[in-house]
This record gives sequence, structure tokens and C-alpha cells, in this order.
Amino acid sequence: MPASVGWVWLVVVLPFAGFLANGLISFFWPKAKRAVSAIGVGVLVAAFAVAVSVVNGLSSDLHGAPYVLTYWSWMPVGELEIAVALQVDQLSAVMMMIVTGISALIHIFSVGYMRDDPGYPRYFSYLNLFVFFMLVLVLGANFPVMFVGWEGVGLCSYLLIGFWYLDKSNADAGKKAFIMNRIGDFGFLIAMFLIFQATGSLSFAEVFEGAPSTFTINGGTVTLITLALFLGCTGKSAQIPLFTWLPDAMAGPTPVSALIHAATMVTAGVYLIARANVLFAMAPISSVVVATVGVVTALFAATIALKQWDIKKVLAYSTVSQLGYMFLGVGVGAYAGGIFHLATHAFFKALLFLGSGSVIFALHRAYHHTGSHEDAQDMRNMGGLRQYMPWTATLMWIATLAIAGIPGFSGFFSKDGILAATFARGHDHPVFYFLWILGAAAALLTAFYMTRLMLYTFHGRNRSGKDEAKHLLEAPWVMTAPLLVLALGSIFAGVVNLPHVLPGAGWLEHLFEPVTELSHRYLPEIHLSVTTEWVLIGVATVIAVAGISAAAVTLKPESLKAAREAPEESGLQRVLLRKWYVDEIYDALFVRPTVWISRNVLWRFMDVGVIDGALVNGSAWSARAVGFIGSAVQTGRLAWYLLVFVIGTLVLLRAVM
Amino acid sequence: MPAVQQGPELLGSALAVSAILFSLGVAGVLLRRNAIVVFMCIELMLNAVNLSFIALAQQLGREGHVFVLFVMAVAAAEAAVGLAIIMAIYRHKQTVNLDKVNLLSG
Amino acid sequence: MQVVNFWLFSGIAIISALLCITRRSPVVSAMWLVLTMFSIAALFVILGAQFIGAIQVLVYAGAIMVLFLFVIMLLNLGRGEPTDLPGRLGSLIMLGVGAVLAVELWAVTRIVPDGAIRLPAGTMESLVEQEGAVGAISDPLFRDYLVPFEITSVLLLAAVVGAVVLAKRRL
Repeated sequence: MPASVGWVWLVVVLPFAGFLANGLISFFWPKAKRAVSAIGVGVLVAAFAVAVSVVNGLSSDLHGAPYVLTYWSWMPVGELEIAVALQVDQLSAVMMMIVTGISALIHIFSVGYMRDDPGYPRYFSYLNLFVFFMLVLVLGANFPVMFVGWEGVGLCSYLLIGFWYLDKSNADAGKKAFIMNRIGDFGFLIAMFLIFQATGSLSFAEVFEGAPSTFTINGGTVTLITLALFLGCTGKSAQIPLFTWLPDAMAGPTPVSALIHAATMVTAGVYLIARANVLFAMAPISSVVVATVGVVTALFAATIALKQWDIKKVLAYSTVSQLGYMFLGVGVGAYAGGIFHLATHAFFKALLFLGSGSVIFALHRAYHHTGSHEDAQDMRNMGGLRQYMPWTATLMWIATLAIAGIPGFSGFFSKDGILAATFARGHDHPVFYFLWILGAAAALLTAFYMTRLMLYTFHGRNRSGKDEAKHLLEAPWVMTAPLLVLALGSIFAGVVNLPHVLPGAGWLEHLFEPVTELSHRYLPEIHLSVTTEWVLIGVATVIAVAGISAAAVTLKPESLKAAREAPEESGLQRVLLRKWYVDEIYDALFVRPTVWISRNVLWRFMDVGVIDGALVNGSAWSARAVGFIGSAVQTGRLAWYLLVFVIGTLVLLRAVM
Repeated sequence: MPAVQQGPELLGSALAVSAILFSLGVAGVLLRRNAIVVFMCIELMLNAVNLSFIALAQQLGREGHVFVLFVMAVAAAEAAVGLAIIMAIYRHKQTVNLDKVNLLSG
Repeated sequence: MQVVNFWLFSGIAIISALLCITRRSPVVSAMWLVLTMFSIAALFVILGAQFIGAIQVLVYAGAIMVLFLFVIMLLNLGRGEPTDLPGRLGSLIMLGVGAVLAVELWAVTRIVPDGAIRLPAGTMESLVEQEGAVGAISDPLFRDYLVPFEITSVLLLAAVVGAVVLAKRRL
């Protein structure tokens, strides 16, 4: 094992140390912002540096991977031996690089964004803790350790969504995220139990190595395991039906939305499927379910994003939509493609979120100056910001072109790769052609709504008000510098996995071959002809250009009215604005019945009736009744006592005989 | 002193008589309200037990006789204390009817 | 002859015991009990416990029953109270319980455990012949059971003191 790989524990421990230090500071010296910034950013930069050296070491000896580093035994229970162990291989190394790299940038951005927040030390301690858990998730060498990270990031997500907990709606959003994630975690747990039952082990190496001999292809057990795992993924990665928490999670600070709810945590589900690729490859039914749910989510969320006014909500639904693409990718067996889109998406979506953070920051500051209480996140209050914030506008346009899929930008290659893989599977079964059409439609909508966002935010005339406009300023360098780095990533990250028709193609796919080796046995060999590939690339390009130009032609940012004077929407627009009423439907289907059952069955009947009535008061009553009988027995008459005594003796004598 | 001859059938009969006397003592205790008579019935029960001790001593050894002596000593002590208690009760309640002595009533 | 005597005195004991528990007047009951005691003393003698028979007459019939009669007369309880005996149903229940008890006790005495210790026939008789009736008892009493014997004396002392304390109005 290369020596530097042995230092991987440091990558995990550094953010945790930062969490401890910042947590202590938040208790004892809440004003020490410089120390917090130094520690919070410093540990992440250091962790990124260590991660780079680990990856460097790994690439010097790729054949030895995966390297499993066992630290101590965590749960030795009979046959089961669960160790605290980290696994370094191609997949976890890529994830580790994304997590530490993007986190470091977002930590730097946060220094500017959260500058005036009273909860500054608390914010950084949560953020450090999140990175720690995320690294545990991606580096864990067995399911339980991964689950610790999985739950831990959920906890941090909850803490950070409800970061401004004084506002009840923020706290509610945090709870919503937590509860919806719990539903998914239930699936993860069931999957772990089933895996242990079937294989007797929970470590990745043993489970996946043994999978071909343990499970039968398309067998019931493996299908059940993968579906349960996917339930966990739908919760964590906000897919249908558990996606509604993610848009609400935008209640947290914008860098949190960028880091947790766009770039890293929500992609954990994709990582999990890519990690368990053998199991999914052996369960084609589950894979089709994954792909279908993914593409339907992509399309569904894209339609909602079309009509949102809140800039962060648009990006949130865009995230849900892009996550759907990733699931489409891993669902059709393009595991490297899914992770590739995860990586490029991490760049451009983090960039978009941080850019929107800059916009909100500027607008908020302006409103703060004039004492206005307008919504700083409503796009109807923006407009024409290009002239005030040229850097942010330019960088966000780069990200928009990337997510829309303009050739040359990273998003084009990753999205095209997934769609091409879907199209290629159509050779096996025509249903994949249908999925491809849905995916292409979602791509069209993506281009449209992202252009809409950009037009309404940065173009046209300014709608934030005359007084406010004077105070609109570009964000400080500490916030724009990370955006620059992310923009470079958004442009160039695509080169790691170029389409097959280009020279130097598929580097990431080749890199991941050892990880996905076993699953290749179960997936059909895919060979698209060169012509087909070019046609697909052409179609993708046309779609992206069509979406952008359609938005540019049909939307009139000049005529848009500010939020305070905007008319009510009607018809389909209203339905889309209200997100297809999914929240209302869930409320009617699940929340209200649950509340009703809780109130009438669990509380009024079970708690008040059975527990308080029958058990608590009932035991008191029965004690009293026994007391009554007992005191009636105690007549005080000697003859009666003697009679009872003698009868008892008779019974005993009978027993002796 | 001529040796007394007994067979095992006499042992059985003695035990049966002992059982009957004991049961009569129990029945008396149950029947009577007069504390002194109840007490006398208890003495009857003790005597019944003594009888079975004596009967069994023929076969199981002379320790039975020793125990009878102890029982008698205890009975004597019991009679002395018991009768003193009855006198105290009488002085307190002007009666020895046990139904009137019902402080234990619940 | 022994058997006839045994049944004769047994009959007297049972009948006088029955009368003892059914007579309304305490004095009469006491007199019947005295007769029972005498009969039991006779049974002791028949069963080879001459010394115990004598002690029975002395302690029970002589001392204890006199004590009873003394208390009865002291408290002037010679006339029986009407509530002394329960009604017909109560009496039947009590006697029924007694009868069941008798049957059960008798049944218990029929049980002879396996490997029960049994002295060879005539052991007691030969002992009595060698050491005399008193000697046969005093040997274990003052050798093996010396400590219980001494404790009995303490018990009797305590009973005397207790009786005095309870019965006296004022010390």
C-alpha cells in the first residue's frame, strides 16, 4: 500500500477536529470570528491537501486498490465482526476529492456570506461536522460505517436547514427533511439486514466479492435488497416520492444549500448505487425502477422549476431534476456516467447556488440599508443585476450553459453520456428509448428554466426599487474567488470522461473499471456506432440551444412586474407554481391521516383510554378493588380466620398426599 | 412389669384415634366463641399429637417420649400465658366472646 | 386384652371430646376434657409409655385443667352464653371441615415412606425392662437433649413472669 494512502484517516479527522474546536469556541468565545474562520477553512484546506496526496499515492499503485484500512473493531457480535474501517479505491477517492474540494471552496465563500451572522461559530462547527460525516459516508468500508455517515449528514442537514431556528417555518423545514430522510433510512436498514442475512457479512469487499455466488440474477432477495437500498436513496437524494423536503431545505443559509443540498449530501444515493453496482446489475428490475424513477423525477421537477419565482427554489428543483439524471445513469448501468454527472453537477450547481447566494447577499444588504422588507430571494425583485454584479453574472452564465448542456461545457458531456447510455440500452428493450425521450424532454426544460432564471435575475430593468438600487454592489472577493474556481471546474471537468467518438475518451470509465468490473458480467455490452453517437451529440446540442433560445425569445424580462405588484397566476401556471400540489396531496394522504390517527387512536384511545384509563387508573382501581375484597375478608372474627386457615391446611394436605 | 405386646395394627388404630381427636379439637376451635373453650380445644389438639408421638415411638425410638415431655412443658407455659391474656381481655371488655374481640376487622 | 382396652379408652376419649366441644357451659366442657385427658393417659399406658401416662395425669388433668377451671370460676363464666355456638348450618360446616380433616389426617398416616427407619419389634420393651420406664426417657433427655431441656426451663420461667405481668392489674 502506498504510504500516503495510510494517511487517509487524517482527511476524516481534520474536519472533526474543526467541529470540536469551533463548537467549543461557539460556547465560550462566540465573538472570535477570526479564529473560527481560520480553523473552519483551515481544516478543510488541509483535508483537501491530504486528500490530494492520498489520491496521488493511490494513482501510483492502482492495482492494489481497494485499500481497506481497519482501525478498530466496533461491534464484534458472534459471527458478525463490524470494524471501523475506511476504504480507498477509485470511487471513494473521486468522491473524497469532490467532497473536500467543493467543501473547502464553500467554506471560503461562507466566510463572506455569513460575516454578520451572530451564529457564525455555530455555523462553521456544523459545516465541519457535516464534512466529517460526508467523508465517513464515502470512505466507509462497510455498510454500518457508511450508515453512520449517512445518518450524520442527515443530522447536519437538519441542523443547518433549521440554522435560523427562531423562524418557525425554518425549523419545520428542518423537521420535514429529517422525517422524510428517516423514511428512506428505514429502507437502508432493511437492506442491511437482508444483506447480512444473505451473505453473513456487511463489509463491502466481502459482500460484493461474494455477490455473484450468493445471489441469483434477477433473484427475489437481491431485488428486494436493491429496492430497499433505493428507498434509502430516494430519501437522501430527494427522488419521487420523497423529494419534497429538498425545496423546503432552502430555508437554510445559501452556502449550505450549495454544499449539502446540491453538491454533496444529496448525491449520497447515487454514490450508494454506484458502490453497490454489483447488486444492482444482478437485479435488472430494480435497475429499471431506479432509471424510471430518476427520469420521471428529472422531468417532473423540471416542470415545477419552470414557474418558481424564488431563485433558490428554481435551483432546488433543478437539483432534484439533475439528481434524477444521475439515477437514470446508474439505473441504466452507466455507473461511471452517474458519478461523472455527480462530479460536474457538483461544480456547476455549487456555482449556481453560490452565485445566487451572492445575489441574495447583495439584495439583502440593499434592503437592509433602506429598511425594506421585500423578499430578497424573489426573482421578480431582481432584474438587471448584470450591471451591478458583472462577475457574478458572468460566472453564473457559465454554470447555466454547463447545466443546459452547451457543447464544450462539462454538463454537456456528463448529461450526454447518460442519455447516450440510456439510448444504447434501448437495443435490449424499447422501454429505454422511452426513458431517453423523457430525459431529452427534461433537458429541454432544464435549458429553458435556467435561461429564465438568468434573464429575470440579471437582465431587463432593475425591479428592486430606486433607493435600493444605489446600494447594490458586487460581492467581496472572498465570495467571488471560490466562484471563479468552480467556474473553471464547470467548464473543464468534462474532459475526464469525453464521449467515445473523441480522442482520449472515457478516462473516468476506465478508472472505475476495477470497481464496476463484477457488474459488467451482468450488463449487456453496449456499442453505439460512431454515426449514432454523433447524431445523439447533435440532438443534445439542438435541445440545449432550442431551450435557451426558446426562453430568450418568449420571455420578456422587461415587462415583468415586481413581486409586490405582480398579478395572481392562473391555470397551469398556478399548478406549477404550487408544485403540482404535491405537498398538499402528501398532507391530505399522509400527514392528516397520521395526525388524525395520532389524535384519535393513539392519544384519545390508546393513551387516554387504554394506557391512562385501563393501565394506570385501572391498576389503581384493581388495587383498590382487591383492597375492598381483602378488607372484607378481614372480618376480625377469629373463627373466620381459623376456618380459612384450616381449609388452607386441608388443601395443603391434599397436595401432600 | 409385664411386657406389653402390640402389633402394627394397634399403631394404625392409635394414629386414627389421634387423627379423630385432633379433628375434634379443630372443630371445637372453629365452633366455639368462648375463648376458654377454644383454648381447651387447643389442649385437646396437643394431646392428640402426643398420642401419635407415643404410638410412633414404639417403632421409631424413644425420642418420641422426650418430645412429648417438651410438648407438655410448652403446653403448660402456653396455658399460663394464654389464661393470663384471657383475664386481661376480660378485664378490658367484660367478655371472653371472641366475636367481640375484633380489633383486626378491616 | 390390650386391644379391647385400647378401643375402650379410645371410645371414651372420642365421645368425651365430642361432648367437650358441644357443651354450652365452659365448666361442663372442662369436665369432659378432663375425662378425655384421663382416657388419653390410659392410652399412653397401653402404648407402653407408662411414665408419660403418669405425667399426663399429673400435668394435664391435675395442673392445667385446674388452672382452666380456676379461671372460669374467677371470671364467673359458669353459665354458657347463647352465642357461644353457631347456628345449625354453621355447626354443620365446622363439623364437616373437621370430618374432612380427620379423613385426610388418617390418610396421611397410612403413607409409609420407603426406607422408613424401623426399630426391630420389642426394642422399646427391652429398653424399659433394662432401664425402667423413667430411665428409658431420662437417658436421652439428659444426654442428647440436655440443652433443649434447659431452654424449656427458661421458657417456663418466662411464661410465669409473663402470666404475672398480664394478669395483674398493677405491678
